[in-house]
Amino acid sequence: MDTASEVAKRAERADVRSRWLLSAPALLVIFFAAVGPLFVMLAYSFMVKGDYGDVKPGEFSLDGWFSVFFQRDIFDDTVGLADAHLSIFWRSVKLSLITTMLALAFGFPTAYFIATRPARTREVWVFLITIPFWTNLLIRTFAMQEVIRNEGILNTLMMWLGLIDQPIQLMYTDAAILFGMVYVYLPLMVLPLYASMEKLDFNLVEAGYDLYATRLRVLWRIIIPLVRPGVIAGSILVFIPSLGAYVIPRVLGGGKNMMLGNLIELQFGAGRNWPLGAAISITLMAIVMLALLVYVRNEARSGAQNV
Amino acid sequence: MRGKLKAATAALALVAFAGAAHADGELNIYNWGDYTSPEMIKKFEQTHNVKVTITDYDSNDTALAKVRAGGHGFDIVVPSANYVPIWVKEDLLLEARPDQMENFKNVDPRWVDVPWDPGRHYTVPWQWGYTGTAVNSKVYSGDINTSALFLDPPAELVGKINVAPEMNDVLFATIKYFGGNWCTDDKELLKKVRDKLVEAKTKWLAMDYSVTEKLPAGDYSGVYYWNGAIMRSRLANPDIKIGYPKEGYPLFMDSVAILKDAKNVENAKLFMNFIMDPENAAMLSAFAKYANGIKGSENFMPEEMKTAPELVIPAEFEKAGEFLESCSPEVLSLYSRIWTDVQK
Amino acid sequence: MSKRRSFDLRSQPGFTFVALLTFFMLYLPIAALVVYAFNAGSSMAIWEGVSLRWFYSAASNERVQEAAMRSALIAVCAALIATVAATMAAIATTRTKPYPGLTFKYAFINQPLMVPEIVTAVALLIVFSRIKVWTGYSGLGYLIAAHAAFCIPFAYLPIRARLESMDLTLERAAADLYATPWKAFRHVTLPLLRPGIIAGFMLAFVISLDDVVITEFVKSGGQDTLPTYMLGQLRRATSPEVNAIATVFLLFSVVLVTAFFFINRRKA
Repeated sequence: MDTASEVAKRAERADVRSRWLLSAPALLVIFFAAVGPLFVMLAYSFMVKGDYGDVKPGEFSLDGWFSVFFQRDIFDDTVGLADAHLSIFWRSVKLSLITTMLALAFGFPTAYFIATRPARTREVWVFLITIPFWTNLLIRTFAMQEVIRNEGILNTLMMWLGLIDQPIQLMYTDAAILFGMVYVYLPLMVLPLYASMEKLDFNLVEAGYDLYATRLRVLWRIIIPLVRPGVIAGSILVFIPSLGAYVIPRVLGGGKNMMLGNLIELQFGAGRNWPLGAAISITLMAIVMLALLVYVRNEARSGAQNV
Repeated sequence: MRGKLKAATAALALVAFAGAAHADGELNIYNWGDYTSPEMIKKFEQTHNVKVTITDYDSNDTALAKVRAGGHGFDIVVPSANYVPIWVKEDLLLEARPDQMENFKNVDPRWVDVPWDPGRHYTVPWQWGYTGTAVNSKVYSGDINTSALFLDPPAELVGKINVAPEMNDVLFATIKYFGGNWCTDDKELLKKVRDKLVEAKTKWLAMDYSVTEKLPAGDYSGVYYWNGAIMRSRLANPDIKIGYPKEGYPLFMDSVAILKDAKNVENAKLFMNFIMDPENAAMLSAFAKYANGIKGSENFMPEEMKTAPELVIPAEFEKAGEFLESCSPEVLSLYSRIWTDVQK
Repeated sequence: MSKRRSFDLRSQPGFTFVALLTFFMLYLPIAALVVYAFNAGSSMAIWEGVSLRWFYSAASNERVQEAAMRSALIAVCAALIATVAATMAAIATTRTKPYPGLTFKYAFINQPLMVPEIVTAVALLIVFSRIKVWTGYSGLGYLIAAHAAFCIPFAYLPIRARLESMDLTLERAAADLYATPWKAFRHVTLPLLRPGIIAGFMLAFVISLDDVVITEFVKSGGQDTLPTYMLGQLRRATSPEVNAIATVFLLFSVVLVTAFFFINRRKA
């Protein structure tokens, strides 16, 4: 009875089953301590806000969702787009995109530099990348402040070099937020990039040069396509925490302009509007999820081509 | 190697799960960060043979959310005046009757019949203070007893002002500036408040917490901030002068309360009684640089605190200070939308 | 690869400069941090001469030490759990034809990345506090579980990236030589995978060490970590005591990492 195709099918089923077993621990931990509780959030976004935070049990409403996008004007009661929310949204996306690009601009050459060191010293460089990050985020953010304040190291250095004759106000600007986010999230870019570059097959690079390609062309047409998984992994790892950043805009940006993380925090904190906070969070998640889905589809297609 | 790793993991797990071990005489305090004098705690531990654990929170709302959710393991919490009625209404506090405790006689009568806890059935005073203005007198020498300092800043201060990132305090000062009352829902007035804040914000440098470093160092030349921090700034730089906005400024008092589901109620009561002792209250103030509500504690305070302009409000400005009540949810949602508009 | 040109063809113009500049910028704030730990004055902004007073002061501050140790303990446990789970999951989700549920797994594993921390924090507060009330257990296990969950995607990404770019021929050769799947994994796949796993573990460790918001909401009494302790101090100034602690922490981790590095190298 056992035809070859049936054996193959059975082996395939066994393979899928063992793959589910292997992923079970990760899925379980995440379900227990991340995804599961979010269903509570989803439910909360459809409930009536409690008088002092939380929600009123058993009462449902769409107010939370309504006020994510629309607002009844405080003063003349007309309904319009919630431009405060939309502009905070846009700010966050813009700053996070710039952060990702800057992290890539500095992270790519750094990862490449590490990956092209002799095997023995490579690990030393990797450790050098991670060591600053063994101190926690708050301390690093404060340390960054020492560098960019008016009497800080950067301004002093530039004045000493004669590049400027007055300190530049960096603290409490968007530039400070960018500085901070790039600094803090850089290893999240470098490490995955390095992991995929370290395996780079330089025979392909050589073949490129044999065909008289320029360095730039080799970089663009051979190296970058080969390390694309690393580029994408790094970009995702930098982009998403930037989008939800809370501490850095607060400390380095001087807390004058909110990013999404601060807006959400306000709703769960002093604003006492948990349903709105929940609805904004879910909107944000949905958009990021959508982008990721596009990426996964895209990856699956290009993966199929490579096989 | 793998054996070692396993052993290490097991050891770590053991440490992790043994954390819940119970000893006799414990007290779990949930308080604002960096607000509790370690010397005073040490003294309490030695006097009553109790092991005290302190855990920090950074906002009234975090503390409220956490305790309401349950399973927190705390005995004592220190909410601000405008939050005490909420804690009571939500049935989270134990009616510990501190007014019948031995040391209650030391409480300054001014702080006994307070609106948030008439007769002190639930709470005892911890520390109190206010949000005031302050400038570097080398930079600006005009009138500093006004909210105009940060709402219509003089040219010398533009771009050098830091305002406390606290919705209630900032809105209170602005509403008062236009002659309104706290918790008002007068739309016309609130429109002025919002427009003023949006405009004034462009002249501020930051809305940040790091005043004690940056005011003395000259990064800020003017602030609207808490008096304890201003005092610390002045100690670091004598040019710092405090002002009391005549239009109105918010007072705050944090009070110690025992939680309804506390496990160490007796120790918590001992603690309440303990901090009403003048000498112990003075230790609190000496550490955090805020006033306490206990008579006679001045005798135990460092000299610099007895006469500090930050702690002793001149009589003519005393009336302008006001405790914020808890506004109705409708008014609050108006305020938080104005606040969002200001920070967009 | 031809030796003749190997050095040349690996280099890209300007890359070395940018890389060295990056390293310089990475260490500049750390250097400032360490220098100010020796400040005699009590502020991070004004330099008043060299002193060890903040190290003494930190050495006598039990709360800070406990918080630092707790941070390290949680980070080690969470990173271990996350790395093991992520390695297994990465093997299960790479180098295969698409099968039903594969996309679901990707999405699920990466989910903690998609959510702003504050949302997970509030959600966890609601759920975990119910569990704490039911079970009566309120130890560090909750924090470790919460940290492990958001560390998994960080550990997963580099491991997966490594697996995807790995050469299949060696494993096929092992299979052809009748090695059992476990043996093939243990002796062929795992060593090849090691850089990815190390990168994954380190990312997870660092991410756990950094967490403020989730910890703030999940912690029970007496469970402050270094970041939540510092968050509580934000309202006051940060004194150089914090710098002193960070310096000690830094020194400790440098020693640890270096030791690990040398042990690793000797084995290889």
